[in-house]
Amino acid sequence: MASVNTETPTGRSIMIDVPGWGGNLAGQHLDLRLSAPDGYQAVRSYSIASASTGDRLELAVDRLPEGEVSPYLVDDLLPGDQLELRGPLGGWFVWRPEQTTPVQLIGGGSGIVPLVAMARAHAASGSTARFQLLYSVRTPEDVFFKDELAALASPYFAVTWVYTRRTPEGWPTAAGRVNREVLAAATIPASENPAVFVCGPTGFVESVADSLVALGHPAASVKTERFGGK
Amino acid sequence: MGIISRGFSGRSREHNPELPPGQFLTEDFPVLSAGPTPRIDTDEWEFTITTESGTVHRWSWADLMALPVEDVATDIHCVTRWSKLGTSWRGVSLDTLFAGVDTGYGFTMAHSYGGYTTNVPLADLLGGKAWIAFEFDGQPLDPEHGGPARLLVPHLYFWKSAKWIRGIQMHKTDDAGFWEQNGYNIYGDPWLEQRYS
Repeated sequence: MASVNTETPTGRSIMIDVPGWGGNLAGQHLDLRLSAPDGYQAVRSYSIASASTGDRLELAVDRLPEGEVSPYLVDDLLPGDQLELRGPLGGWFVWRPEQTTPVQLIGGGSGIVPLVAMARAHAASGSTARFQLLYSVRTPEDVFFKDELAALASPYFAVTWVYTRRTPEGWPTAAGRVNREVLAAATIPASENPAVFVCGPTGFVESVADSLVALGHPAASVKTERFGGK
Repeated sequence: MGIISRGFSGRSREHNPELPPGQFLTEDFPVLSAGPTPRIDTDEWEFTITTESGTVHRWSWADLMALPVEDVATDIHCVTRWSKLGTSWRGVSLDTLFAGVDTGYGFTMAHSYGGYTTNVPLADLLGGKAWIAFEFDGQPLDPEHGGPARLLVPHLYFWKSAKWIRGIQMHKTDDAGFWEQNGYNIYGDPWLEQRYS
């Protein structure tokens, strides 16, 4: 592990050097394995926040209260520590720079991770496909990659922020959840045939996906990646 | 054994021999669909088995409910590493549905409302190993978990238990379904940890 950066009160981004990695597509994930001295092993999947062709990749991990692996990655891992990874994995929830359709990214909480990879890949490739991101978080402190997302703003990439519990001071709208009205106002409409990627906790994704279908997006155009249970 | 992770001890727990390698126990029921949840009314629902001769065997919801229903208590294992032990379902055995079906092919493709597909060898659907399940934990199966009915094939990773099942097509060869085309194993035995392709 090369370096870490604290992103939120419970999350951090982690840069890892992986000799021979060779890069990954935006949206892919990897399996990370921890081994205790007594032989106990735990494996978890993490979306990759980067989408470069080199041997350095970035993860962003949120510490789950009942988690087994995330607390170690967020609180204990130090630069120089070694990790075992397997990947890249996944061929469905990915964006390739050859795709020219407009893209609507919708992320909830740490669901932003694969979407950041897509936004980065979009910028790095010079793609002029229209990209929009709707990022929903509880409070301003819960935003991952805040500075980077602001820096990625361009004529081809715009971010809409939604705060569900507490907004920044002076924010023009009250705190509230992403519902059909918010989606209708802030996302690329179905009439433009966007490819839509939704990622986050399963309740968030389910609600957003249902609303998108109700707003006219074909189900086949809405790709979802869900964390957590129900 | 792998690289020892400095300072990692994991939660102290007894290894559960009922869990396949690499799995952990969960008390909730994660949802990991690739797209929005299809909403199918039982009035319009139907299930078909289509053979190589083009014969279509068809069941409406009422037809399905008139067949013998079994109580199934089983463990389920998701390729994303969670497992649930002792889950309870109710459904119609594929042995019952295939009783009148004449086929010489050995493989199948399960098709779901919404377009999902997954391939399962015929031998893995028969012999008391698979059901069309419509109740989970004593309640009608929730759409998020594949209701009104899903295929249930618990001895394989749970992506093979196609949600919103619509039909089974006989195939001559073991052709890859949706996740199998997207990086996942063609067969998916949790005890051999056949996760990826």
